[in-house]
Amino acid sequence: MAKVTMTVNGRQVSGVCDDRTLLVHFIRENLGLTGTHVGCDTSQCGACVVHMDGQSVKSCSILAAQAASSAITTIEGLAQNGELHPVQAAFKAHHGLQCGFCTPGMVMTAVDMIRRHGSNLDEATVRFELEGNICRCTGYHNIVKAILGAAQEMGGARQAAE
Amino acid sequence: MYETNYHRASSIQEAVQMMGAAAEGKYVSGGMTLIPTMRLRLAAPSDLVDLRHITELKGIAVDGRSVRIGAAATHEEVATSAELGAVCPAVCDLAGHIGDPAVRHMGTIGGSIANNDPAADYPAAMLAVDAVIVTDRREIKAGDFFTDLFETALEEGEIITAVRFDAPAKAAYQKFANPASRYAMTGVFVARRNDGEVRVAVTGAGSNGVFRHQGLEAALSANWSPDAVANVAVDASDLLTDLHASAAYRANLVKVMTKRAVAAA
Amino acid sequence: MGVDGIGARVARKEDRRFLTGKGRYTDDMSVPGMKYAVFVRSPHAHATITGIDATAARAMPGVIDVLDGKQLLADGIGNLICGWMIHSKDGSPMKMGAWRPLADKTVRYVGDAVAIVVADSVAEARDAAEAVVVDYDLLPAVTDPLQTLADGEPQLHPEAPNNLIFDWELGDAAAVDRALAAAAHVTELKIYNNRLAPNPMEPRATLGIYDAGDDHYTCYTTSQNPHLARLVMSAFYNVAPENKLRVIAPDVGGGFGSKIYIYPEEIVCLWASKRTGVPVKWTCDRTEAFLTDAHGRDHVSTVKMAFDAGHRITALKVDTIANLGAYMSLFSSCVPTYLYATLLSGQYDIPAIHANVRTIYTNTVPVDAYRGAGRPEATYLLERTMETAARELGMSPAELRRTNFIRSFPHQTPVIMNYDAGDYEASLNAAMTAADWNGFAARKAEAEGRGMKRGIGMSCYIEACGLAPSAAVGSLGAGVGLWESAEVKVNMAGTIEVMTGSHSHGQGHETTFAQLVADRLGLPIDSINIVHGDTDKVQMGMGTYGSRSGAVGMSALAKALDKVEAKAKKIAAHLMEADESDVVIEDGALKVAGTDKSVPWFQMALAAYTAHNLPPGLEPGLKESAFYDPANFTFPAGCYICEVEIDPETGRTQIVQFVAADDFGNIINPMIVEGQVHGGLAQGIGQALLEGVRYDDSGQLLTASYLDYAMPRADDVPSFTVSTSNTPCPNNPLGVKGCGEAGAIGSPPALINAITDAIGNNQLTMPATPEKVWAAAQPAH
Repeated sequence: MAKVTMTVNGRQVSGVCDDRTLLVHFIRENLGLTGTHVGCDTSQCGACVVHMDGQSVKSCSILAAQAASSAITTIEGLAQNGELHPVQAAFKAHHGLQCGFCTPGMVMTAVDMIRRHGSNLDEATVRFELEGNICRCTGYHNIVKAILGAAQEMGGARQAAE
Repeated sequence: MYETNYHRASSIQEAVQMMGAAAEGKYVSGGMTLIPTMRLRLAAPSDLVDLRHITELKGIAVDGRSVRIGAAATHEEVATSAELGAVCPAVCDLAGHIGDPAVRHMGTIGGSIANNDPAADYPAAMLAVDAVIVTDRREIKAGDFFTDLFETALEEGEIITAVRFDAPAKAAYQKFANPASRYAMTGVFVARRNDGEVRVAVTGAGSNGVFRHQGLEAALSANWSPDAVANVAVDASDLLTDLHASAAYRANLVKVMTKRAVAAA
Repeated sequence: MGVDGIGARVARKEDRRFLTGKGRYTDDMSVPGMKYAVFVRSPHAHATITGIDATAARAMPGVIDVLDGKQLLADGIGNLICGWMIHSKDGSPMKMGAWRPLADKTVRYVGDAVAIVVADSVAEARDAAEAVVVDYDLLPAVTDPLQTLADGEPQLHPEAPNNLIFDWELGDAAAVDRALAAAAHVTELKIYNNRLAPNPMEPRATLGIYDAGDDHYTCYTTSQNPHLARLVMSAFYNVAPENKLRVIAPDVGGGFGSKIYIYPEEIVCLWASKRTGVPVKWTCDRTEAFLTDAHGRDHVSTVKMAFDAGHRITALKVDTIANLGAYMSLFSSCVPTYLYATLLSGQYDIPAIHANVRTIYTNTVPVDAYRGAGRPEATYLLERTMETAARELGMSPAELRRTNFIRSFPHQTPVIMNYDAGDYEASLNAAMTAADWNGFAARKAEAEGRGMKRGIGMSCYIEACGLAPSAAVGSLGAGVGLWESAEVKVNMAGTIEVMTGSHSHGQGHETTFAQLVADRLGLPIDSINIVHGDTDKVQMGMGTYGSRSGAVGMSALAKALDKVEAKAKKIAAHLMEADESDVVIEDGALKVAGTDKSVPWFQMALAAYTAHNLPPGLEPGLKESAFYDPANFTFPAGCYICEVEIDPETGRTQIVQFVAADDFGNIINPMIVEGQVHGGLAQGIGQALLEGVRYDDSGQLLTASYLDYAMPRADDVPSFTVSTSNTPCPNNPLGVKGCGEAGAIGSPPALINAITDAIGNNQLTMPATPEKVWAAAQPAH
């Protein structure tokens, strides 16, 4: 058993778990944050994507012990003061979700994508970068629109602030 | 996943000690292959020694055309390295097409090479650029390093610390991805040195893992042109037939990817 | 149309919880004392169980118990059943072999459940499951549907000689044979419809809770139809009577048909909860999902289509073998019969049709309805045949279709269906315009200049939705009625709760059902809650599949709203001292038409519950329910056009445009309808290009993970061009038809028609992998 301490959504948390416990299970079961999902066993579907130290990672392919001392952001940590993050808002506005199961991973991937590319994103890049996130409901059409929309809006907001 | 014991090393020396104390230990770096494999209960190391926090394994250094990539450099770091991109953009491009962004944030060059998956991308690049695999105890030429499917020349407890190579004059990697896994169904890395020597390394297609293709190398050494590929015979009998593609199709892909890589280089 | 009413692009009410990680899926549920289950499954496709020894497993850390099929049988738990009786053409009933929830004697596919391990953690349960020793005597297995009927092949069930479940027919064989003999041209084709794994992103899960104090069971489960699950578990599997069993299907992460059925795991977890005295949760992993979720499609057919000299179709003859896997799943028998052969007329006026369907057992996962269910198989067969015929006849594919379109309604086909409304030419024209069909030749020439082969293909589909008129399906063998129910509860201060038997697992009912209420009552959408998925809360229901929620579920809601409005008007008329026939409901108030008299909605509601001043004899309160049984199926139809570029060197297909022009009748929320089409198109593209379940000869599943089963990803599909036209459905109060499956039904033939057009070779099977396309594109030797 390992005692694991990390920062999750800005709060320091500790938990005791097997060394073999995956980060996603630590988040879901020890911390009760069930927004992060498990959709496959082979690290491909992306329903489990969270941010570790500011970068998107697949929490189903990392042990909780590997993530000890890191800063994790989950889907629950994205909205601030009840306000949806611009990416969350764009997914709603563009109908970028249906059953909602892949959605947390999609949103976390999209936030990371926009962090790296800013408003320079184009459709081909978005589709290429979604390789690790599988959605069975939307046909990706509205997910792509939502990410492009959010990137533009966030780029615009950044410009306005500068 | 079976029970295991996790250890986090802060130095190479400590990692080697930890491994020495383990019954059947394994090093883990990004863990992007090892952890899913353990999750499927296809690997059961008694101990995991985590190399991701060892400072000595990090960093990418370029001196003239001489490149050193730390074993713990992530695919994302390699893909976005401006210094490396200036001398050998083909390796950056290759790294930027491994897995997906979340995988690239964790997966490392050392981990990929040590695993030697027959469909992994890096082994092709290492062979083609004639890299040296640097470990905690010696240096191994890439040509001697990749010994068989998932097998390397690494000895028990040996840690890859870096890879070194001289950037080729021209290089490119072209991958035809398996539609399901997105691993290379066939990937070809071509590299041409200043002296005109050409290396063509193929991944994803060989029955015994990554290999160099002498026929293609000879043709391209004689005539560095996409057209030079047309008359080279690629023997399908050494190639892989599986659920996704026949050896004959892979043989075709070897030629097509080579041609396109030369055009892109 | 109000801002939140019918026809408005209302953003979804349910999105916030999904976007903020607050969705509540079955695996998110946790109750005190809960333990975790892992199933021991057969690694063999066909074997006799000679012994199960769980002694070592029971002694392992954290293990509560290990239970097997003999114990299940001793406790009286029944067999899984198929709920739709089909008779062979000789009059004999279908041959249904026994499916034990935990196999006690014989296993018949890799993944067949043998025992359940309950432990403190999933990891410990899995450790123990590996320690359960099951002794098997191996039997030969058969997986090839074309081989299974032969003499001497392995037999799966003693009830079904030669593995034949039924040999069924529909239509007039003699008339078809006469027309074939007299035809000016006959197009013949062999059609494979590949086997698919549904793959909703949420794997199945169930949490069984037995309460010994009340002798009561609660089942959280990933179901598209919780009431049906309760009925079947009570009436057939003997888990508990309905009044002792509550089924809750909370947020469900996609279904596509695969979550209609009642699987062994729900039954066994409920039973295990009683046996062990603890709540038992099981969550499927993805590999297990590939091994156990009902697969879809898997047909092999031969088709003959007869034409007269004017290129009008005179007859269609179809012979199909449908692989149902190792056991008959809940609705498996109706998919290749009444959901398939009844659609073989397509959009065409065909005087004579005959279909013969043989269903067979193989040592593979059971096959049942998957998005479209029978209709994609019919559409693929017809539209591949039409395209082939057009090429053989030297006609443009559009002209051949125009020549044969049905143009007057209602139209009685020779295969049961009576089409109520449609305008097929309108969809065809819309699609051709949107795709710039006439500009294709120039685009093809341009592509050739780049060394690419460009092709274009179309598909004109029709489907039957709004399942279904109960008496009609009853006469065809269905074991249940296919009505829907709704209840509208007006709260004391006027907010609304709607309890619907429809179940949303991505379709957006919480928004569209609320839009209907908002439209009718003029209330803000935020004052309306849609409740679904809980047998304790919703009176009755048949659930969501077959694109039925709009046409049937919302029609039930419309009927309940009629009753609510009638009573509200009575109350308001009384309050305003007006005649109730003069009262109208608009903008959240009840008004006397032509006057300034008005009672706000909330005040009327309050009056209904204070009951201080109600019309004489009127009951207090305002809550009404309705059951709606549809008068007919609905018939969505449309035209899809796909344009591709093939890289001849690698065989890689790139979809350069995909156009969908659909007629769904009236539309409640265009944004949601478009989303349904997009998703269906991607699944159809997946079937045509990427997906295919593969077994080896010994019955091992080769495509058991996303490493080997190719799911459509974002870069496999293009942005879609979608549009709708509208011939309202005359048979339901809303004029809606259903849109959930169209994309998956219409798209595969359009794509294969486009690829075969590009490469100039009609011989191509789905999935059209790069290697297959590359091989088919090689110049003929």
